[in-house]
Amino acid sequence: MIPAAFEYRRVHTVEDAVAQLGELGDDAKLLAGGHSLLPLMRLRLATPAVVVDIGRVEGLSYVRDEGDQVAIGALTRHRDVEISPVLREMVPLLAHAASQVGDPQVRHRGTIGGSLAHGDPASDLPAVVLALGGTLVAQGPGGRREIPAGEFFTGFLETALEPGEVLVEVRVPASPGGWSFQKFNRRAQDWAIVGVAAVRRNGSSGVALVNMGSTPVRARATEEALASGASVADAAALAAEGLDPPADLNASPEFRAHLARVLVRRALEEAGG
Amino acid sequence: MSILGQRVLRTEDPKFLTSGASYVADLDLPGALSVAYVRSPVAHALVRSVDLDAARRAPGVVAVFAGADVDAGPMPAEAPGAPAAMRRPLLARERVRFVGEPVAAVVATSRAAAVDAAEAVVVDYEPLPAVVEPEAALAGEDLLFPEAGTNLVVEMDFGRTDAFFDGCEVVVRQRIVNQRVAPCPLEVRAAAARVQADGRVTYWVSTQAPHSARDTVAACLGLDKAEVHVVTPDVGGGFGAKIGSYPEEVFVAWLARRLGRPVRWVETRSESMLGLGHGRAQVQEVEVGGRRDGTILAYRLDVVQDAGAYPSVGALLPFFTRMMATGVYRIERAEFRSRTVVTNTTPVVAYRGAGRPEATAAIERAVDLFAAELGLDPAEVRRRNLVPPDAFPYTTPTGTVYDSGDYRRDLDLALERAGYAALRAEQAARRAEGATRQLGIGLSTYVEVTNGLPGGEWGSVEVLPSGRATVLAGTSPHGQGHATAFAMLAADATGLAIEDIDVRTGDTDLVPRGGGTMGSRSLQTGGIAVRQAAETLVEQARRLAAELLEAAPDDVVHDASTGSFSVAGSPTTARSWAELAAAAAERADWGRLQAEADFTPPGPTFPFGAHVVVVEVDTETGQVQLRRVVAVDDAGALLNPLLAEGQVHGGIAQGVAQALLEEVRYDAEGNPLTANLADYPFVSATELPSFELSHTETPTPRNPLGVKGIGESGTIGATPAVQNAVVDALAHLGVRHLDMPARPERIWEAVRASSGTTSR
Repeated sequence: MIPAAFEYRRVHTVEDAVAQLGELGDDAKLLAGGHSLLPLMRLRLATPAVVVDIGRVEGLSYVRDEGDQVAIGALTRHRDVEISPVLREMVPLLAHAASQVGDPQVRHRGTIGGSLAHGDPASDLPAVVLALGGTLVAQGPGGRREIPAGEFFTGFLETALEPGEVLVEVRVPASPGGWSFQKFNRRAQDWAIVGVAAVRRNGSSGVALVNMGSTPVRARATEEALASGASVADAAALAAEGLDPPADLNASPEFRAHLARVLVRRALEEAGG
Repeated sequence: MSILGQRVLRTEDPKFLTSGASYVADLDLPGALSVAYVRSPVAHALVRSVDLDAARRAPGVVAVFAGADVDAGPMPAEAPGAPAAMRRPLLARERVRFVGEPVAAVVATSRAAAVDAAEAVVVDYEPLPAVVEPEAALAGEDLLFPEAGTNLVVEMDFGRTDAFFDGCEVVVRQRIVNQRVAPCPLEVRAAAARVQADGRVTYWVSTQAPHSARDTVAACLGLDKAEVHVVTPDVGGGFGAKIGSYPEEVFVAWLARRLGRPVRWVETRSESMLGLGHGRAQVQEVEVGGRRDGTILAYRLDVVQDAGAYPSVGALLPFFTRMMATGVYRIERAEFRSRTVVTNTTPVVAYRGAGRPEATAAIERAVDLFAAELGLDPAEVRRRNLVPPDAFPYTTPTGTVYDSGDYRRDLDLALERAGYAALRAEQAARRAEGATRQLGIGLSTYVEVTNGLPGGEWGSVEVLPSGRATVLAGTSPHGQGHATAFAMLAADATGLAIEDIDVRTGDTDLVPRGGGTMGSRSLQTGGIAVRQAAETLVEQARRLAAELLEAAPDDVVHDASTGSFSVAGSPTTARSWAELAAAAAERADWGRLQAEADFTPPGPTFPFGAHVVVVEVDTETGQVQLRRVVAVDDAGALLNPLLAEGQVHGGIAQGVAQALLEEVRYDAEGNPLTANLADYPFVSATELPSFELSHTETPTPRNPLGVKGIGESGTIGATPAVQNAVVDALAHLGVRHLDMPARPERIWEAVRASSGTTSR
């Protein structure tokens, strides 16, 4: 497909990007790796008047060991997340989940910031950052602010980013304990029909679900049951509690709920105590 | 040693792997205009008005046309017996009949300008009830073509006998949906046209059949065939869907004449998913009856074929389904009925196998259902009923004459290669321990029809004074490797080197007649024609050499290892092909060193084989993992095992895809739900294990080389083996049938329904 006509602007600093967004408002979309935006534009489901390319903004691709947490630049590509020695050691769940995104072409172009800012409930990394209890750093005209992952995803393809803000960094706590990422799909390159990201450390558990609602969601009932000492099987049985999973060609809401229960059980078993 | 039967590397590949192929989209056509079609967004509606004004004023637009502006068409009838009222216009006029049907065409100086302007065309639709399911079409409450008075396109009914199953101790029945799939060639449709100085139209098109494309353009535009010159550049796959012509292609030729400028159309993938024909789309009722010892006595198949919105090749698929309805089995009695209907969906065309995978899927499921009902091993039930090797030529109860075969040998070989007994033991162990991941073993023993329609093929070989040779053929390859295969045939007969032979196809000025490439026919028609032309050329060369050497032709020896001619006993007198071609060029009575041949075989050939597939099914999630595909295929004598294996590989992949993944789906209003490759699950390498392939060679008597076709055996043999394997994995839970594709939710539901439990 051929996208509708648009203006292309390239910026080299976050400040320029913020300025462009301030000037253009809703007419502009940020372009990073392009793997969420461009398909929508080619199908003419998105028709931004201006595409502001932040792909060459310097200093936004990094993985930094900060002791009890890891800071990841928003333009870090999935492949670089996957192979980062720091992440493999400190947050193996995130490194592994990045290796499961799309296919090699997607992983070499797509960025962690783009994936999170797109806010797609079917994407892998939002649920992972949610399970980890990460923090997102946004930069706007007034400077930087931190947004907890739990408050970031506000609706279908909607986030807590203000119109003039750019996501610049993702921070995740070091989580070297038990973890599991269960991605259920029909083909390796597909979005998950249902996915589960789980971390367990020192008796606390983070469990988040892919494609189980209009946003990436935590399996709160499961987490609370585990916190009050329930068995894995009993906690997993609550995985879809209070959720409203979508219907599509691959699964009914009922089947999604069933998959969530099975996959959360498997995830918790794999993650261990 | 003859080159025939050797694993000769594909001569096509250096180009494909380096500089790339040249498709219609790549042609250098200075000044060419681009076409974008305005397509119906509704499945069934009356067209109240089409407003082209805004589009005409859009930047870069040269012309805009709606159906009423077009003085050409309709498309020629492709389905004999179909009501004349069902012929398809080039652009829809008063009524649209499927989502994606072209309603208007925008011609502009760039593709982007054409696409933008197409959005400015305003069409007023008055929606009509959509007929989506073929069984609903049969009921005939809403008609696509009121003037035809029916949705029925064609019916084949050979009668039903009340006492048909008398004498049967067991009768098993099943409704089976052989789902609609999208062929998805990597190169989408494309056409270009230019009017030449002499008034002829040159028409480039991505097709499997250039001569019929020429005839279609001539018929639609009211031209003489000689006024149309079709050129087929490289074609990136067709799978049957590029046999026939499409209105969007033909209309490009009309535009080029109307506008007096070259015009090109290349569709997008999203358009291709709607506009390129779909395949399969049968609803089948099977009934099989027999004795408790596993002997099958009677088989009945009743098909409703969905032709889509306009009857095309798809309307005829049941003809092929019937030809091989009883498969590899000796069954005394068979009954067949088919009814083809139109629906408000994309037209159905041929797709790799075209009616034969549907036949195999039906009988192979039926045999498994029969075996399961009796509690017998499906391998044993097959053995008991196979047509024995001494029964050939074998006439089936539907009147088809199978040429040659040894079905038992291939089944036994496949079971041995698979380690069948050990697989059954592992399956039993997993069942006993109640494992989450159960093992399924699926069998398919198949026979198929290649070169199923009457007709022959033309071939020519010419040696030039340069020493190079040109082979021409009426077949039209799109991935099969004909340049290699046909060069092998000519090289073997003449002694020329393969690298000195250029194989050219797909140009109707160079090739006077041709049927094209479809139905696994090319080697056994075009290949034989080329071979015979080469043999004739050798005799011509022998006569010329005799003149030059002043010897009797019978005394001239042709050395096929060096490609030279000499007088017997005097090797020093040898004349090379180049010398002979040069001599011919100088002699008025010769001129060229060229020979041609037409070969029409006495009938189709019937390849066969046995496939064993192993899957693991996760009984909690419904996930199917394909573990092994063990295939034994027999396509007669093998010209080049490398090419044959390539065909089998691709066919198995597409068979697996139909069994596990692919299905074109519509909602109740006829809106397509799988109109791009994100929603339509095209199979990828990750889902496929390495295939375990073997070949046996049982020659056919129906051509001099003993060859049959191998292009479609993969979709015919592998598809039901995968489907049977999935059902087999769940059989102990009470599941007896699952339609394709084996979607996880479908499996989960079947397991739940059978075990009577709800989800944990």
